[in-house]
Amino acid sequence: MTTVHERVDTFHDNDQKPVGYGRMLRKEDPRFLRGRGRYVDDVQLPGMLHLAILRSPVAHARIVSIDTSAAEASPGVKAVVTGAMLAQQNLAWMPTLSNDVQAVLATDKVRFQGQEVAFVVAEDRYAARDALELIDVEYDVLDPVIDARRALESDAPLIRDDLDGKTNNHCFDWETGDEAATEAVFARADVVVSQDLVYPRVHPAPMETCGAVADYDAVDGKLRLWSTTQAPHAHRTLYAIVAGLPEHKIQVISPDIGGGFGNKVPIYPGYVCAIVASIVTGKPVKWMEDRSENLISTGFARDYIMRGEIAATRDGRILGIRTNVLADHGAFNGTAAPVKYPAGFFGVFTGSYDIEAAYCKMTAVYTNKAPGGVAYACSFRITEAVYLVERIVDCLADELGMDPAELRLKNFIQPEQFPYTTKTGWVYDSGNYEPTMRLAMEMAGYDELRREQAEKRARDELMGIGIAFFTEAVGAGPRKDMDILGLGMADGCELRVHPTGKAVVRLSVQSQGQGHETTFAQIVAEEIGIPPSDIEVLHGDTDNTPFGLGTYGSRSTPVSGAAAALVARKVRDKARIIASGMLEVSVADLEWEKGAFHVAGDPGRSVTIQDIALRAHGAGDLPEGIEGGLEAQICYNPSNLTYPHGAYICVVDIDPGTAQVTVRRFIAVDDCGTRINPMIIEGQVHGGLTDGVGMALMEMIAFDEDGNCLGASLMDYLIPTSLEVPDWETGFTVTPSPHHPIGAKGVGESATVGSPPAIVNAVVDALKPFGVRHADMPLTPSRVWDAMRGQARPPI
Amino acid sequence: MQVPAPFEYERATSVDHAISLLERLGGTARLIAGGHSLLPMMKLRLANFDYLIDINDLHGELGYVEAGPDEVRIGALTRHRELLESPVLATAFPIFADAERVIADPVVRNRGTLGGSLCQADPSEDLSAVCTTLDARCVIRGPGGAERVVSMEEFHVGPYETAVADDEILVEIRLPVRPGCGSAYAKVERRAGDWAVVSAGAAVWLDGGAIVDARVGLAAVGPNTTGIPAISAALRGREPSESLYEQAGAIAADSCDPVTDQRGSADYKRHLAAELTRRTLRRAVERARS
Repeated sequence: MTTVHERVDTFHDNDQKPVGYGRMLRKEDPRFLRGRGRYVDDVQLPGMLHLAILRSPVAHARIVSIDTSAAEASPGVKAVVTGAMLAQQNLAWMPTLSNDVQAVLATDKVRFQGQEVAFVVAEDRYAARDALELIDVEYDVLDPVIDARRALESDAPLIRDDLDGKTNNHCFDWETGDEAATEAVFARADVVVSQDLVYPRVHPAPMETCGAVADYDAVDGKLRLWSTTQAPHAHRTLYAIVAGLPEHKIQVISPDIGGGFGNKVPIYPGYVCAIVASIVTGKPVKWMEDRSENLISTGFARDYIMRGEIAATRDGRILGIRTNVLADHGAFNGTAAPVKYPAGFFGVFTGSYDIEAAYCKMTAVYTNKAPGGVAYACSFRITEAVYLVERIVDCLADELGMDPAELRLKNFIQPEQFPYTTKTGWVYDSGNYEPTMRLAMEMAGYDELRREQAEKRARDELMGIGIAFFTEAVGAGPRKDMDILGLGMADGCELRVHPTGKAVVRLSVQSQGQGHETTFAQIVAEEIGIPPSDIEVLHGDTDNTPFGLGTYGSRSTPVSGAAAALVARKVRDKARIIASGMLEVSVADLEWEKGAFHVAGDPGRSVTIQDIALRAHGAGDLPEGIEGGLEAQICYNPSNLTYPHGAYICVVDIDPGTAQVTVRRFIAVDDCGTRINPMIIEGQVHGGLTDGVGMALMEMIAFDEDGNCLGASLMDYLIPTSLEVPDWETGFTVTPSPHHPIGAKGVGESATVGSPPAIVNAVVDALKPFGVRHADMPLTPSRVWDAMRGQARPPI
Repeated sequence: MQVPAPFEYERATSVDHAISLLERLGGTARLIAGGHSLLPMMKLRLANFDYLIDINDLHGELGYVEAGPDEVRIGALTRHRELLESPVLATAFPIFADAERVIADPVVRNRGTLGGSLCQADPSEDLSAVCTTLDARCVIRGPGGAERVVSMEEFHVGPYETAVADDEILVEIRLPVRPGCGSAYAKVERRAGDWAVVSAGAAVWLDGGAIVDARVGLAAVGPNTTGIPAISAALRGREPSESLYEQAGAIAADSCDPVTDQRGSADYKRHLAAELTRRTLRRAVERARS
């Protein structure tokens, strides 16, 4: 294993490689910067109608009656559809990604505020919206279950009476690790620290809300669906299953997507409504939800109530970690995660530490809140896991009177222990944690920061330094372990080199801003020697790309990136044979360098990949047994996840009079293995860190006791701006993945996973003079002030 | 995309034209200037008006900051950005620039207006607190050019409710000018551009070493922005001091009536009322002295 560590790499690192990895401006940016991006809402089709959804104003109620007559008579209205009408076609309910069911339109009851009740199709979106107000729904309001802690009480109202035999709000139980072994290490530990933690419900809030344009052609039976999806192929298959349409007659097109963060993984009722509406009316139908609809009804994230326990020796050797989790899954279990992992990858809660035992017991419940649960760049619940472990490690450091950096350094899994199997069964592929940690400390000037903090404390000024060290698990995943509703998580990729030596690579994954059109061109370029500018990257259209499971869980580079490299190598292998014919030498006598094969020992005798491409499509002879053309296709099944890691250090100042937190500095050292385009990596990290500031300091989807969502607009649900974040200080180390063809590990969610605990740890560190050991997110001024007075309390 | 209910729209060509339209349309019509509060409410269908009368073309008539010997007069259509950049206000009432720097964002400040801010009558609104602090007079014009002048206390009659009748327009704000003035504004917000958790404005008038008069205005701690006469009474005739600011802060905390919401607990807001009163008084005195 090689570990390289440097603070920055610069644009000229591409000088030595005319093609391939290195800093390169994004190929997609010119169209975005010039306003030429094409999003779902930009799709305009002749005769297109518009759909608007009537949503429940209450969290829990029985539907007594729905009168649509006035809406049907409203000007411009073409159709009004209720759940009862869908039920006649057996379409009122649909499967969720977690093998639960979810109402497309409510038939019996509404189960969360904002749930879909009916829809209107009209000539324009104003007429559709106006007609919603004319639908008269009579509700028999029921008591809601809002606090997950109440859900399993014997007198709690039953939410899911639609499920046969269901008598309570229990969703599932899950456990991992070894309970008895963990109990044993806790029993003999010198020190045990326990801490209750809440990771509140937050929302991904992508700039573009969700929507679709459905165009069903009754003559040829083909459905074209433009939709805001991170997983177009998986959606196509699920529509085939749900709607009973033949899969070859469904084309899902995911055009430019204005941010996903997991919010666009599920299939939402609105997409299905748009399809139904197009079939019913015979016209193309557009549905674009508004901001409030996005915030109140689409996939939320987190909502874990956790107890973390950590056992250690007096000198700071961590022995075991134990946790008990109450998970709020909302009204329907809409979690998007591999089916064998109902808690996502929360099992990596043992973090980056070599410990003796671990155990987790989780109970998930239904509540009268929107469904979802895995979203917001969380790597399938690793956000929650890393927050848990990094917070309780800090609590332990506090208990032991140890520096939190020293405690972490003392307990890291050591480089020679990789591949390392954790006590919950995860096989970390590679890692070298100490250099990453040391680099972050050096960049931060850690010792100097601690000196400054001591001086400030003497003057009653509040300054905090917070550390988080994370190990991520990304790139789902090996098909032997991982599938979503039976679909294996392998990715196809196809590469064609045209006669003039230009190429097109077709991906199964879809970009929502990650820069795939650049990164994947660079991966192919590195392997085959065609400049990235000569490689077109196609994605997001199921009729024109190979099957794969989509972009989420930081899986694009670990899975499809591997596929792109391997398909390029396959093409290169064929090119080598053609080159041997052109140069009249044996394949073994050829050497490959910078886009050309030359005869070993005679660099003057060479053919470029462009020469070979022309020959492959030309009239001349090819070596025996070689078909014309220069293209290949593969499907890559990863043998393991990849495990990026990183060390984050946050410095905060708190105004002692107002309790306002300022993030003064943030140092992020990421190790995502081989770095393809460092500029894009830094962009991903900057975005994730900003997300982290939002979650740590301001974001929360709150509800009142009646189940009204209190975060239904961006005035109420705050997301951070450039004014809340510092100039990010990024660095990197490189520990390649041993099993990935190019050693890359994925980085899309690392910063979202790693930054919240660093910020919370910094705030708690700043509040140490007040005896504070923990305070839950969001650390708004009011909540920080509570903590300063010894009155820190959970946000829910 | 959130879409409002149907409405009709007309651009006013003069103040009198706008008033004549209001006379005809009454309470079914609403003036629109910057629109940064009105349009979101309409899109959320919290506000539904049959007519919008756009007065943005009246900026020539109603957009100005003019200094007179006894008062500064500001046209109701003066934009936030113009208030922020006004040299007249920077000299006479730096509280304006303090407040404007923390109002929304540059895009909103380019279009939002002083009159719109006051007429929205949001209890958390910053310029209402500034005008309360400076004892502003509001000039309201009605049919036939009739004008009446009311105090801020009279102007705001409740949350989102003002003394401006259906056929009237707020045309001007008048700020009395007295010697020895210093003023300052401070706001605590959860995030840049958010409404205030609590904000406070303070103005003091010094003669020699003593406080001739002092005023404090608070936002987001009651049904309207709140002036606190008891602070004025406690400070008049006294020498500025930390203990005096403490006393004023305590009065502010006692005098306000905050509620617990997503922005913070009532206790915290009461604490901020005291803290921000102290801070703004301290700063106002520093400015009065310099």
